[in-house]
Amino acid sequence: MNRENSKKRVVIAMSGGVDSSVSAALLKEQGYDVVGISMQVWDYGKFAGEGEKFDTCCSLDDIHDARRVAEQLDIPFYVVNFEDEFEKLVIGDFVDEYLRGRTPNPCVRCNQWIKFELLLKKARALGAEFIATGHYARKAQDAEGHYHLLKGTDPAKDQSYFLFTLTKQQLAMTLFPLGEMTKTEVRALAARYNLRVAEKGESQEICFVPDNDYVRFIEEERGRELLSGNIVDRSGKVLGRHRGTYRYTIGQRRGLGIAHPEPLHVLELNAETKEVVVGPKEALFSEGLLADNINWIGAAPEAAIEAECKIRYRHQPVVCRITPLPGNRAQVLFAEKEKSVTPGQAVVFYDGDRVLGGGWIEKALDGGEKR
Amino acid sequence: MIYMDYNATAPVHPEVLEAILPFYREQFGNPSSIHWAGRMVKGAVEEAREETAALVGCAPSEIVFTSCGSESDNMAIKGTASALRNRGNHIITTAVEHPAVLNTCLYLEHQGFRITRLPVNREGLIDMNELQAAITAETVLVSAMFANNETGVIFPVASIGAICRERGVPFHCDAVQAVGKVPVDCRGMEIGLLSLSGHKLGAPKGIGALVVRKGMKLHPLIHGGAQERNRRAGTENVAGIVALGKACRIARDEMAGGAARVGGLRDRLEKGIMALFPQARLNGHREKRLTTTANISFTGLEADSLLLNLDLAGIAVSSGSACSSGTLKSSPVLAAMGVDPAAAKGSIRFSLGRLNTDADVDHVLRVLPEIIERLQKK
Repeated sequence: MNRENSKKRVVIAMSGGVDSSVSAALLKEQGYDVVGISMQVWDYGKFAGEGEKFDTCCSLDDIHDARRVAEQLDIPFYVVNFEDEFEKLVIGDFVDEYLRGRTPNPCVRCNQWIKFELLLKKARALGAEFIATGHYARKAQDAEGHYHLLKGTDPAKDQSYFLFTLTKQQLAMTLFPLGEMTKTEVRALAARYNLRVAEKGESQEICFVPDNDYVRFIEEERGRELLSGNIVDRSGKVLGRHRGTYRYTIGQRRGLGIAHPEPLHVLELNAETKEVVVGPKEALFSEGLLADNINWIGAAPEAAIEAECKIRYRHQPVVCRITPLPGNRAQVLFAEKEKSVTPGQAVVFYDGDRVLGGGWIEKALDGGEKR
Repeated sequence: MIYMDYNATAPVHPEVLEAILPFYREQFGNPSSIHWAGRMVKGAVEEAREETAALVGCAPSEIVFTSCGSESDNMAIKGTASALRNRGNHIITTAVEHPAVLNTCLYLEHQGFRITRLPVNREGLIDMNELQAAITAETVLVSAMFANNETGVIFPVASIGAICRERGVPFHCDAVQAVGKVPVDCRGMEIGLLSLSGHKLGAPKGIGALVVRKGMKLHPLIHGGAQERNRRAGTENVAGIVALGKACRIARDEMAGGAARVGGLRDRLEKGIMALFPQARLNGHREKRLTTTANISFTGLEADSLLLNLDLAGIAVSSGSACSSGTLKSSPVLAAMGVDPAAAKGSIRFSLGRLNTDADVDHVLRVLPEIIERLQKK
């Protein structure tokens, strides 16, 4: 038990999964005054019909698990309801983005607008000095006292990509108890602490989309076949029909339903013309990209810098040159062409282990193959 | 640790606990059995029935033991609806009832009943003229509470009873929050059906009762054996019944003194809060309410943050009604009273009881300023 920590209150965001449960246990062991909070962000009974409401109960299994872990650790536990905010800021954005022909990343949005905004505020209101999450990421303080966001030590689990929107002020108030650990170590700890969730599997991809069927989700929210139209090639030649641009992602090869001598890939989604543009694999490669809503965790560079970037979560960082542009935008040029630059995804900038910042991909830049 | 959430539940009275222990040991019999083991407990059940009846002003034969207040409410409303279905399909209730009543009525609405929910005024009271006007030839039940769980506001139950008798409509009164705190008299107040719950007055959870006055027509909720004069099947919860009887006995002896003592604490708490947070407002009628309950809007603050901070300081209070998932949503009761949503969002219920002391009130008033300051800062 660390005496220095004993008076410091930490709010741990508990999802009911292994990572946040072990985080809570570690903080408790380190002597913090730990308060567990689960965020209820989604009414799972929402799609139940009128009559069904008497038969069903919202599926609150994960919150139940979190509560039982908190009881086991003997820490106070609360559920806060952010359904309205989540619906507006995360789900609304998720659906809008698809309907704009983009491929959104709701987890980053949730971190940005819910966890490190609303939950942080709630933690402050409870007199907490920190919030903690089960993310695999680290923070470090430099000689001048500035906080930096670093990759998690386990390369297979590093989740710093999802945290690029954090500000220095938010970082100062945040703890990542799992930053130095591997998933294997975390599982071993869960077993050692005898946590009831030790055997629990990984959580599903998008927490509010049942069965990961995001197409059905969008159509239930907004209606069917909203953006149905033509599948065309670069020259504009119609090759077939599709039932909604939001059904496709950049780089996709399967499921186009077109017989063609060479394999076709989705190159572009155009919500205005309702066209899905396809072409050969070579056409998927881009020289760079434009990004907006850039957040620099430290000071924004005044001129172009050499760095690395990731253009989606499961992407090995690649060498690039980043030129800051007016209006919080940036141009990123890759050292070597990159495949499947996807508008709506985040581009995150790294200097080795350190996250410099990132932004949202507006569009791919290329050497002229795309129109 | 300070407990000021007696409207949620109350600690078991030590004398009650003593009284029931034999029924978990040697007095284990089934009261329906003819042999010595059954006889050993049958008397205790009947004595408890008499004590319960004495507290609420009805005959012992009119007491039906149930498992909780919600069961009593369900039995009263669904039981009457199905027994009187041929007479009419209209039920009158109020906008501020407990969910056990509101959701039972909602269920019946889906089954084809017409439900009138009488509005309340700013002070949480219904208008007797509106009740008069709402009753039709189709009306088979009026269900109105005795005292509100969130605000403590007390309805003029005797007047409601008189109107119902005059118009020939059965009257159900959910008195879960009132029994043991204020005098309840089914005969004098002309209440046909009355729900009560043991754990609000010092008995354990899992025991309740429904008063079914002679002549009331209602179907059982639970069919089976002939227990409770065929009104409620299932082997009796003997220890629970004994506990309820004992708690009713204690309430009869101590109610008047207790209400005055707790009322003094509540008033001092209220005054103290108003002094340290002048924006605070009392919700509900100042006089016509339980002496145990204070529902206060800390306008400008968030009730759930206030509640969590108080909890972290060891003080148990509540905010609105906690929904089953344990998340906090703003109170439909305060909304029905027309409380400004911003004020409703900052409303906290303090409900005091037997074990609270002057020192408890002092402590709450000492802890609150720091919490209020913290919440105002952000």
